[in-house]
Amino acid sequence: MTTIIEVTQLERTFGENRAVDGMTFTVEPGEVFGLLGPNGAGKTTTVRLLNGILPPSGGSARVFGLDPVTEGDQVRQRTGVLTETPALYERLTARDNLAFFGTLTGIPAADLPRRVDEMLEFFELSARADDKVETFSKGMKQRLALARALIHKPPLLFLDEPTSGLDPEAAQHVNGLIADLSHQNGQTIVLATHNLLEAQRLCDRVAIMNRGRILALGSLDELSRKLWPVTWVDVDFYSPGNAASGGLESLRGVIQVEHNGSRLSVQVESREIIPQVIRRLVEMDASVLRVNPRDYTLEDIYFTLQKAGVS
Amino acid sequence: MNWRSIWAIARKDLKEVRQNKAAWMPAVIVPVIFAVVMPLAFILLPQMIPVEDIERELGDMQQMIELLPPQLASVFAGLGLEQAFVLYMAGFMLAPLFLIMPLMFASIVGAESFVGERERKTMEALLYTPASDTELFLGKVLAAVVPAIGISWLTYVVYIVVVNAAGFNLMGGIWFPLPTWWPLMFWVTPAFALLGISATVLVSSRTRTFMEAYQLSGSLVVLVLAIVIGQVTGVIALSILTGMLIGAVLWVVGGVLLYFSIRMFKRSQLVAKL
Repeated sequence: MTTIIEVTQLERTFGENRAVDGMTFTVEPGEVFGLLGPNGAGKTTTVRLLNGILPPSGGSARVFGLDPVTEGDQVRQRTGVLTETPALYERLTARDNLAFFGTLTGIPAADLPRRVDEMLEFFELSARADDKVETFSKGMKQRLALARALIHKPPLLFLDEPTSGLDPEAAQHVNGLIADLSHQNGQTIVLATHNLLEAQRLCDRVAIMNRGRILALGSLDELSRKLWPVTWVDVDFYSPGNAASGGLESLRGVIQVEHNGSRLSVQVESREIIPQVIRRLVEMDASVLRVNPRDYTLEDIYFTLQKAGVS
Repeated sequence: MNWRSIWAIARKDLKEVRQNKAAWMPAVIVPVIFAVVMPLAFILLPQMIPVEDIERELGDMQQMIELLPPQLASVFAGLGLEQAFVLYMAGFMLAPLFLIMPLMFASIVGAESFVGERERKTMEALLYTPASDTELFLGKVLAAVVPAIGISWLTYVVYIVVVNAAGFNLMGGIWFPLPTWWPLMFWVTPAFALLGISATVLVSSRTRTFMEAYQLSGSLVVLVLAIVIGQVTGVIALSILTGMLIGAVLWVVGGVLLYFSIRMFKRSQLVAKL
């Protein structure tokens, strides 16, 4: 399958400010790709550039092989965008909002009512379909905005801070919907967020951004390995007397071993060494209770990169 | 050009305006004043106050009739003083004031639909749709022009009914509209609506608030005032020919403004202001 998004040295300046500064990345079909960064990192500007509503100052982008600058209308026909604020017509009903955007996205008039009903039902808004949006809670508005972005079944979905301003329950609901779209429908999604937990849970790969630049790009595993080539594994034993470590240092790939009561912490060159460590301990008759390789979270990666400011 | 999208945008904007009391209240109040209150006052007044007072007042009006071109002044020949007063006020003096309506409604709806969307933060979602820049623009223009012309025409109809009903006895039958009103209604009014919306859209894409856009485009009312003053002082008279000429100039100016507005309308400019 062909690459969905291909971005090369993309730039956008506003006066002296470089909102997007030489970004290069690709997004593959079915992937959930995260644009991660603090406010002002250039996430929203990137979404606007990729949808052709803002022209770049330099570089190039291709979405479905189309140039957003000259073929923006065709690009937007294939994309759905959930903006940072729901941007709904509050004086109109939920049904009117969906019907309006459905018409603009080219859904035939004969199919429109059915499609609107489907979306209202999927997003559990059928009971309030004919109520004005101004009477909705924030979570309901966000669900309706998501329905609007999906009404024309776009193969590519952009989500700009999808849970911004929502309470934990509503945020969990919206995240669940996004996860369903990705897993069940194989939807390609670009998620712009500064919510690290959300990104870790939903994204296959992330681009960590700061001041318009990509600091690092890859999956959580790839980024962990890039930042911390060596890793630690903690081994808990049944009792302190079992915490034997004799012979582990001589094992190829083991860098150092530390004792701490009934716990043994072993630094290894890579995760592939861990099974050998366990095998050796079992051979030594050690009563292994638990093996816990230390995982790095996206938060660890993010803050390490943001502090360093380099990839 | 996708006309379905254009109509959808226009319909949506009209629905929104309908829900916004602050936007449509002037659309009710002003026509009622123009089409009911003012003609009733001018027609019933001479039938209610003493004849000697009327004669004193109409002495000044006689001078104004003399300022009219001969072909218009001839309409007054053989009329009584009360009849002349009614004909002059309801048939001539109020005519240019009606041009405020298409201008005002086009400005209100135009400013509301462009800047209002930005103020309510709904513009971005609209810009992410596949509708082209021209379709977006024409949808917004249509949303402003259609009610501006529609309400103006409706007001004319009410005015015709009120003027004829209230002046039936005094004038001895149905006498209105005068021939000079036809170009005013069907030629100058749509031209004013076009001019109003073209100017508003041009201003709206460069301002940040609804009030700023409305006030700037509202300054076009000066044109109407110029016609009113011109008519009172005898510099111009809204004869059929004058109406056609004024309308032609407005169509050209409005058309040129609209053309440049379409050319200059870029969603990227709107995005930069979000």
